[in-house]
Amino acid sequence: MNRTLNATLGAPPAAALPALARRPLFSPRAWLALAAACALLALLPLLNLAFAPGHALHVSSYAVALLGKFMCYALAALALDLVWGYAGILSLGHGLFFALGGYAHGMYLMRAIGRDGVYQSDLPDFMVFLNWKEYPWYWAFTEHFWYAALLVVLVPGVLAFVFGYFAFRSRIKGVYFSIITQALTFAAMLLFFRNDTGFGGNNGFTDFKRILGFPITAPGTRAALYWLTLAALGGFLVLARAVTQSKLGRVLTAVRDAENRVRFLGYEPLGFKLFVWTLSAVMCGVAGALYVPQVGIINPGEMSPENSIEMVIWVATGGRGTLVGPIIGAGAVNGLKTWFTSVFPEFWLYALGLIFVLVTLFLPQGIVGLARRLYARFAEGGR
Amino acid sequence: MRIADLAARTRRQLSAWLLAMALAPAAFAAGVDPDLLAALAGDDSQARLEAVARLGQQAEPAAADVLEALNEDRLYATADGRVLIDTGGGGARDAASGQELAAMPGDASSVTINNRLRRAIGAALAGSRLFSPDPAVRLAAAQRLSGGADAALLPTLEKALADERHPAVRQALQVAAAKLQLQSDDPQVRRRAAQLLGETRDAAFRPVLAAMLAQDGQGAYAEPDAGVREAAQAALRAIDRHLATIEWSGNLFYGISLGSVLLLAALGLAITFGLMGVINMAHGELLMIGAYATYVVQGLFRAWAPAWLDWYVIAALPVAFVATALVGMALERTVIRWLYGRPLETLLATWGISLILMQAVRSLFGAQNVEVSNPAWMSGGLSVLGGGLVLTYNRLAIIVFALLVVFFVWLLLNHTRLGLFVRAITQNRRMADCVGVPTGRVDMLAFGLGSGIAGLAGVALSQLGNVGPDLGRGYLVDSFMVVVLGGVGQLAGTVVAALGLGGVNKFLEPYAGAVMAKIAILVLIVLFVQKRPQGLFAPRGRSVE
Amino acid sequence: MNRRLVLKQLTAATLLAASGWMPQAMAAEDTIKVGILHSLSGTMAISETSLKDVALMTIEEINASGGVMGKKLEPVVVDPASNWPLFAEKARQLISQDKVAVVFGCWTSVSRKSVLPVFKELNGLLFYPVQYEGEELEKNVFYTGAAPNQQAIPAVEYLMSEDGGGAKRFVLLGTDYVYPRTTNKILRAFLHSKGVKDEDIQEVYTPFGHSDYQTIVANIKKFATGGRTAVVSTINGDSNVPFYKELGNAGLKATDVPVVAFSVGEEELRGVDTKPLVGHLAAWNYFQSIKNPVNTAFIDKWKAYAKAKGLPNADTVVTNDPMEATYIGIHMWKQAVEQAKTTDVDKVIEAVGGQSFESPSGFTVTMDKTNHHLHKPVYIGEIRADGQFNVVWKTKGPIRAQPWSPFIPGNEGKQDL
Repeated sequence: MNRTLNATLGAPPAAALPALARRPLFSPRAWLALAAACALLALLPLLNLAFAPGHALHVSSYAVALLGKFMCYALAALALDLVWGYAGILSLGHGLFFALGGYAHGMYLMRAIGRDGVYQSDLPDFMVFLNWKEYPWYWAFTEHFWYAALLVVLVPGVLAFVFGYFAFRSRIKGVYFSIITQALTFAAMLLFFRNDTGFGGNNGFTDFKRILGFPITAPGTRAALYWLTLAALGGFLVLARAVTQSKLGRVLTAVRDAENRVRFLGYEPLGFKLFVWTLSAVMCGVAGALYVPQVGIINPGEMSPENSIEMVIWVATGGRGTLVGPIIGAGAVNGLKTWFTSVFPEFWLYALGLIFVLVTLFLPQGIVGLARRLYARFAEGGR
Repeated sequence: MRIADLAARTRRQLSAWLLAMALAPAAFAAGVDPDLLAALAGDDSQARLEAVARLGQQAEPAAADVLEALNEDRLYATADGRVLIDTGGGGARDAASGQELAAMPGDASSVTINNRLRRAIGAALAGSRLFSPDPAVRLAAAQRLSGGADAALLPTLEKALADERHPAVRQALQVAAAKLQLQSDDPQVRRRAAQLLGETRDAAFRPVLAAMLAQDGQGAYAEPDAGVREAAQAALRAIDRHLATIEWSGNLFYGISLGSVLLLAALGLAITFGLMGVINMAHGELLMIGAYATYVVQGLFRAWAPAWLDWYVIAALPVAFVATALVGMALERTVIRWLYGRPLETLLATWGISLILMQAVRSLFGAQNVEVSNPAWMSGGLSVLGGGLVLTYNRLAIIVFALLVVFFVWLLLNHTRLGLFVRAITQNRRMADCVGVPTGRVDMLAFGLGSGIAGLAGVALSQLGNVGPDLGRGYLVDSFMVVVLGGVGQLAGTVVAALGLGGVNKFLEPYAGAVMAKIAILVLIVLFVQKRPQGLFAPRGRSVE
Repeated sequence: MNRRLVLKQLTAATLLAASGWMPQAMAAEDTIKVGILHSLSGTMAISETSLKDVALMTIEEINASGGVMGKKLEPVVVDPASNWPLFAEKARQLISQDKVAVVFGCWTSVSRKSVLPVFKELNGLLFYPVQYEGEELEKNVFYTGAAPNQQAIPAVEYLMSEDGGGAKRFVLLGTDYVYPRTTNKILRAFLHSKGVKDEDIQEVYTPFGHSDYQTIVANIKKFATGGRTAVVSTINGDSNVPFYKELGNAGLKATDVPVVAFSVGEEELRGVDTKPLVGHLAAWNYFQSIKNPVNTAFIDKWKAYAKAKGLPNADTVVTNDPMEATYIGIHMWKQAVEQAKTTDVDKVIEAVGGQSFESPSGFTVTMDKTNHHLHKPVYIGEIRADGQFNVVWKTKGPIRAQPWSPFIPGNEGKQDL
């Protein structure tokens, strides 16, 4: 694209344009902070394994499981920020990709139960009580972990690609796009709720026994999954940063702010949008896949429109367009949810509703934006 | 009914008849035979059934009274063996002697019945009601008997037919008699009976006609006479054609009624979306508030004006409209107006409001559903196509109501000043602002209007299903689909989209099931929006956005 | 910029980490903690909120009469908000953070299945009060609700009897989830064993929250022309209401096509106009209208409690089968603890088997020694115009549960469990 521009107008003087694609991903200080945060989080399962319960330094398995779950949510929020914060595409159906990744992994886990289910049959329990005699065709090969991992990436990715291609080509934008993503996830939810679809219906997949041969409830397995999630979160954070700092990221931001102008300048937004959209769906799918063994159940409720909308509020609370913000937001909102539903169960929905309203009205930049403003005032006051 | 069963029942009935004949002189004493009453109040089901049958044979009104009281849970038995009828207002009458009592004794317990007894009572009462002076009662009795009567009643039917002058009752009696005449020995009688039954086009006679054409292992037909078989065959064809018509008309009606519900639910959303480009996620909760307003009005009517209870729905309409309009306007003033130009944020903020509203209703009214009963004029249905299709009154009322609301909105939008402003702002907000339209105020009023219509829809929904905190959630996605499909700014779009979706859903449902029909519709909409992002009735213009 | 990023990262890490260290609930020396795991918001709140209230009432009653082994019971109420992963999280929290001795909770099979791995891993104890599809038997769970042979099969037998209408054709109508699917599978096998052919059985499933039953009712009418028909409804809870409304309006009376429902109790009837429903049936192990002193005391206690605590609609509260099952479960647990003289889970599990209790259903129900289910009586009731039920049939005494239905292939070896 640059070449076209250069060819038409002649090469610009070298000093006039800011240097592109030379910026480092993170400053050295930021890398340090990232490493410190990862180290701190990675320490927790060690504390859980190394010390017995009751010891002062012991971290309960409840905390490890909870944080693992939060990190999966954080990854999903990060994925959503990539499309919303940087490309301006508000998806109210990202829960679908999350759930699809979860189901793909779930199929492997169900196969891994082997004959240890309630009916001691090769088939999962729900197929037994539906009188099915063999696996349907779409379950083929799912006993292999690598195939399931492939599905985790491919299924959300291909679905996102196809849907995105047609949607962006027709230039559906804004609220209309959000509504049809809602329709998509709602339709998928109805489909998966059907027992005849072969995915366990309302019960979904549950009662997992082992993953890759390791018992799924063992503390060691739990710790391993936790670290894997942490690695995925860190890795995708770096990847997202690379994407947004690159030239592609620049065009994306331009598309978010003024799509038609970008089109008139000679860029085709379709390719850019489709790229981040698919990447985001894959990230979400991976998040879902890591989520399922840690909570032990996946059911079509994950595809409900309500869940997807809640994901959006994580991003908005943390600060959209900042990549780190959604991670914070996911942690904060879910932490609040855990706390409220234990202490003030009757008031949780009021709190969640208020968060939605207050964040959109008063905190459009989220927690990160607030922190930035405070810091700037702080820094100014110090001079 | 198989011949063997019929024969057994006939034998039992016949013996009951003979017994009744023998006892008839005894039963002509004043009041009702205490033995029969004792059997009624007892535990032995067979004895109770026979007692009911015998009471049905007796011609005097005292017996019919006892049967009616039993049917309506008004028969009581006391510890000392008396059987009393509750005459209302605390009073009672001794069934055996006919003596009036001042009050129901404290130790009297209700004589309970079950479905089997209810059927027997219905049959017994029908037999005596055939001779009632009121033609409506005779008609009901004759129709009931055509549904299922014992062969032993044939003489009674023929006797009634001989004296009957009322045409509708004659027709019903003939049908009832025909059904029994199918078992006659004379093939001519059977053939005429089959023809008559075919002319009724009533699917209820299908099994008995089909049974005549059944073949046993050797290929011999249950019905020996070929002429009768032909008549039965023709009758079956007529009935099947009629069934197909019924199914088709039924689907049409269901589709229109579903469409009218969708229309009511989505109309308010269409107005606010068209005007301000905000998708109000709290729309479902506005429906819910309308429904709860109906509940409150019902409660008030029950407490203060029970005589007018049937009309609480009419009174609830303005109450619901005002209540939800106020809520909507408050919403607009406090939250939405600060989010102009940011439709996605508005979406999120209104979602938060919807959560708060739902929880508030849960705290106020409880998490359980609340009871909203249909008034009498909305219960039951209109029987058309010979009774094959019932157009339920509540759905008919909702269709009419939806049309009225659409008309009201059209009137408002096209013939009032406010409507003029609303249309202007929808077309071009900036320009309207420039020429002096008070956009702020119009926004608020229009949002109030849209919310008020949602409230009216809530009143309608309360008559159809549950009223609970989750009422709105069920209609949110559907409303969106209608708005997205119908396009923005045109009333016609919403109407066509709603009716279309309802119709397609109902025509798909018999083939694919409720779930797949819904999924198919959602997928179709998603695909349609790819082709025509602006919806069915797109606003004309050449703006790029 | 760098400092900001540092700040951000540290905040992120700390927030995430801090959310893990929930304030440890300190148990006072003389109370026993008891967990209550019922949804108080979301779709299941309609059914489960009253179970939480009944549990609290029972705990109050036990505390008023001296507590358990001299110690008071302290309820810990959490809200899993009808969210299945949250159920598992809350269960884990109750057992490992709050250190409860027992949990009373769950309603849907999904919620139970999602907490099961947690109870097995942490060796917790769950009392599950709702009627369900069976096909489960866990060491850590006691089931105080009905198994299919204590509800569904007697109901269908009644429908086939002369008293119940002598039905020859059956419409098995349910919401599409595991309880109706399994129950209908069992019923179909049962009907086959009674000589009913497949063409006389119609199985129909609707999605959750389905409210437009016009087509379904029209189909039932058509199906009914083929012979005496009865409908067995496993529709979920309040979705029955639009179905009944449509039935009533379409003119299908209970004398023509009786409907027996397994998820419609007094609580669901509170929210519906019962005039058109008179004569339709329900099958439970308990009805509020059963007359005996224990039930009268139970109902009075509940009404007084509702008024005292200012529960919404306190003057129209009703009691129903899962409430009674909750009440029985808590008392049986108390008795087991007093017998075992400890709240240790394994010892209590051993002691629960064989416990008996004078229940409001009018019978003394016993917990089976081995199969973790209650022996319960079965009642069939007809809906009355006032929202209560007329008992039209009952078993002579409590019957033993068969969690592994003999009508499902593969269960042959499990009948003695």
